[in-house]
Amino acid sequence: MTETPQWLDDAAGPVVRPYALIQGRTRSSGDAFDLVATVTVVREPSGEAAGELGPEQRLILRAARSPISVADVAVELDLPIGVVRVLLGDLRDNGLISVTSPSAARQRSNEGILKEVINGLRAL
Amino acid sequence: MDSGLSDDPVALKILVAGGFGVGKTTLVGAISEIKPLRTEEVLSERGIGVDDIDGVEAKTTTTVAMDFGRITIRDGLVVYLFGTPGQERFWFMWDELSYGALGAVVIADTRRLTDCFPSVDYFEQRGTPFVVAVNCFDGAERHSVDDVRIALDLDPDVPVLLCDVRRRSSAKEVMVTLVEHSLRTLTAAG
Repeated sequence: MTETPQWLDDAAGPVVRPYALIQGRTRSSGDAFDLVATVTVVREPSGEAAGELGPEQRLILRAARSPISVADVAVELDLPIGVVRVLLGDLRDNGLISVTSPSAARQRSNEGILKEVINGLRAL
Repeated sequence: MDSGLSDDPVALKILVAGGFGVGKTTLVGAISEIKPLRTEEVLSERGIGVDDIDGVEAKTTTTVAMDFGRITIRDGLVVYLFGTPGQERFWFMWDELSYGALGAVVIADTRRLTDCFPSVDYFEQRGTPFVVAVNCFDGAERHSVDDVRIALDLDPDVPVLLCDVRRRSSAKEVMVTLVEHSLRTLTAAG
């Protein structure tokens, strides 16, 4: 058995180092967060819990004081979406934020909303 | 305004697809505040060859940027635009983006029409409502909308329109055409 990852040649592109911010994890409870799901702070961290938060998580909590999309969080923090999902998953597991996914069925099935969007686009 | 809805914010997704350099970034930028969204490209079996990754458990990623724009229709109603790379190896992102998407704009360049075939195929298969926007590049040989429709073998109900993605008014027309098409699709589905 060879340990050499020979398949990682130049053609494969640059290899991103393990995500140090999230202890190298690429999976979390936040995997399924939709890019346009809404992130909202539900509770400010207190005492000891606050001290354990990393700077990125603090930034997320600050950004999400008013509701913000998952994609917007990634843009605000200038981090890849996968990293942001892990961070969000941790914050949610700790009860600090809520992440509400848009209902796909409702989006497509609401004539009133679509008409409003059409009028809104025309008015831009 | 009582529309029978709760006050939950509504977030709609529109995808902007097409071949490399066809004007996706320009279109998103013409109509919304555009920002780069970083995502990861998973080096999948398709990307690196099935035989080579036998026994390799960890996926390896590289970072790619996606165009991301936001149009606020009103407080609590926002349309997000995602400009997605058109190549097959980015389809893992499309699967996520097209879930629950309102629809998609496929930008076509008549000089390289084949570049948009994968996008058209993809949205047809997924049942995502889409329009084809033919970007009229300076000096590009003009083709009629009907020629493009035939060349792409589109269903008769799929809108095809000429556009100049640099112009805001043209970008608006493309988006309005798409949402109107989505609305018709919805109504037809009953």
